[in-house]
Amino acid sequence: MDVTASQALHPAEASLPPVPARTPSRGVGDRIFALAAHSAGYFVLILLGSIIVLLFWGGLPAFRAFGPGFLASAAWNPVTERFGALVSVYGTIVSSVLALMMAVPLAFGVAFFLTELAPGWMRRPVGTAIELLAAVPSIIYGMWGFFVLAPAIGHTIKPFLSSTLGQVPGLAVFRAAPGDASIFTASVVLAIMIIPFIAATMRDVFLTVPVIFKESAFGLGCTSWEVMRSIVLPYTRASVVGGIMLGLGRALGETMAVTFVIGNTNRISPSLFAPGNTIASLVALEFPEAEGGSLQLSSLLALGFLLFVISFVVLAISRTLLVQRVRH
Amino acid sequence: MDATLQAAGAGHLRTATALRRRRRRTDRMARLLAWLATLVALAFLASILVTLLYLGVPGLKPAVFTTVTKAPGSGGGLANAIVGSLVQTGLGTLVGTPIGIMVGTYLAEYAGTSALGNAVRFVSDILLSAPSILIGLFIYQVLVSPLGGFSGWAGAAALAILVIPIVVRTTEDMLRLIPISLREASIALGAPRWRTIVFICYRAALDGLLTGVLLAMARVAGETAPLLFTSLGNSDYSGLGSAMSSVPVTIYQYAASAFDDWVQLAWTGALLITLGVLAINVAARFFIRRR
Repeated sequence: MDVTASQALHPAEASLPPVPARTPSRGVGDRIFALAAHSAGYFVLILLGSIIVLLFWGGLPAFRAFGPGFLASAAWNPVTERFGALVSVYGTIVSSVLALMMAVPLAFGVAFFLTELAPGWMRRPVGTAIELLAAVPSIIYGMWGFFVLAPAIGHTIKPFLSSTLGQVPGLAVFRAAPGDASIFTASVVLAIMIIPFIAATMRDVFLTVPVIFKESAFGLGCTSWEVMRSIVLPYTRASVVGGIMLGLGRALGETMAVTFVIGNTNRISPSLFAPGNTIASLVALEFPEAEGGSLQLSSLLALGFLLFVISFVVLAISRTLLVQRVRH
Repeated sequence: MDATLQAAGAGHLRTATALRRRRRRTDRMARLLAWLATLVALAFLASILVTLLYLGVPGLKPAVFTTVTKAPGSGGGLANAIVGSLVQTGLGTLVGTPIGIMVGTYLAEYAGTSALGNAVRFVSDILLSAPSILIGLFIYQVLVSPLGGFSGWAGAAALAILVIPIVVRTTEDMLRLIPISLREASIALGAPRWRTIVFICYRAALDGLLTGVLLAMARVAGETAPLLFTSLGNSDYSGLGSAMSSVPVTIYQYAASAFDDWVQLAWTGALLITLGVLAINVAARFFIRRR
């Protein structure tokens, strides 16, 4: 609009402060709807805040009773009321990291296949099938892991690894231990469960690479693998790490599947084939049995708080790395 | 002189061929491994489905749907668990969906890149991937412990919290796909902003919003961990005010038991819930593809 012309027409109004353009059209309905939308936004913030506060509040008696030693103690004895987080934190981190080591190469292969190698007609059905792997409820993974995967590992991978690598001095992690339930079995189940999350994120970020970059490389005579390694991966590095962290975040808090196959023993064993536990599996098993107000209940809530802090940090890193390109 | 030049040229040619061959070999190896990785991932899915069908189908009798869970050996079914799951999932979705849609609307229509908007987006993403067992602990602290007992309400509340971030994500994404010109046209006709959002944007994004709700429902229908400390489980039909049974929790209790008929029921329940969840997922993808 021509400002000088309007000033000339309405000299009296020209001296008034500028009126916000939207105000006149904003009725009561608009104000109510905007208020509802904003309150919903605040609600989510309050929700996360209260989760953190209530878990900490519930764990406070345990933190008070054991102090920083709670983190360093391997005890978990409801009879003598001695509780510590060391074993379950160890189990959580070892099983998740091991799962990541197995899942990342497979998920990368799947993403490479889906973006560069698969014939057009195959991409959608195979992509959907991989996504369905993420939709299967975690308790189903638990049952399948318990009845199918754990015995299979016990009969094949365990004897093989323990009779070869397990005999090497210093590689006690591969030494055999009785039973099929173990940290190793849990990490295989976790790996299968997080493959779809990592693969889907990798596929999405690989697809953001400008086609002209890839075509230039192909035009120079690069092979598919060279384009992936020298063009796609360097371009998407931060997001790929973000996708991997997302998988780690998922693995850390996984409960039902792990509870079925990890053996639920509160002991740190040098062998990966020995049973152990994780924060989530320990809470799932003992919380329903713990008495209200007991130190055991409080210790379990304290573990929940720890798990929340660990997952929060991992997921926050993941999101920061992913947010520039895609939202996971 | 001539001969040496030729020899040098042949040498270069030979190393160039060798290099090309090595690059091709690496490429072929990488492609092969990628194919294998995909096959392995698909094999896991196939193995799970085959196991479920093989062990679940034999127990698929009418009694599963008509009788409640009973003591081992007396031929019970899953009727109370199925009803409990439907009620808690339905209620959780019913409560979580409007909140999720309002948060998504706030993020897409009002927040822009404001600090509050980014904070809400961040927190919603954290909630989306946070361990679901912690939501169960949270609801235990809020609803179960103070009110003095496990209840279907508490179970539904835990599921509602899990529904919210999923619906938030799809709502924001879907609303962002609606062209600005559509909103401008509506505003230009004099429609207030809320009418524009409800009657233009929601309507245009309806398929997408529905997909989000379906996906959220499928996700929470199979959740076990958040129900363990909230609705706990029940061996008979029950109202929302008392402990309430659900299929996943019943599976958890029965699967590792020593009784053959309970294990059989667990497999049948697992088959039902997996087929249900996967069917909803496929249906949701069908909706989103129609756009």
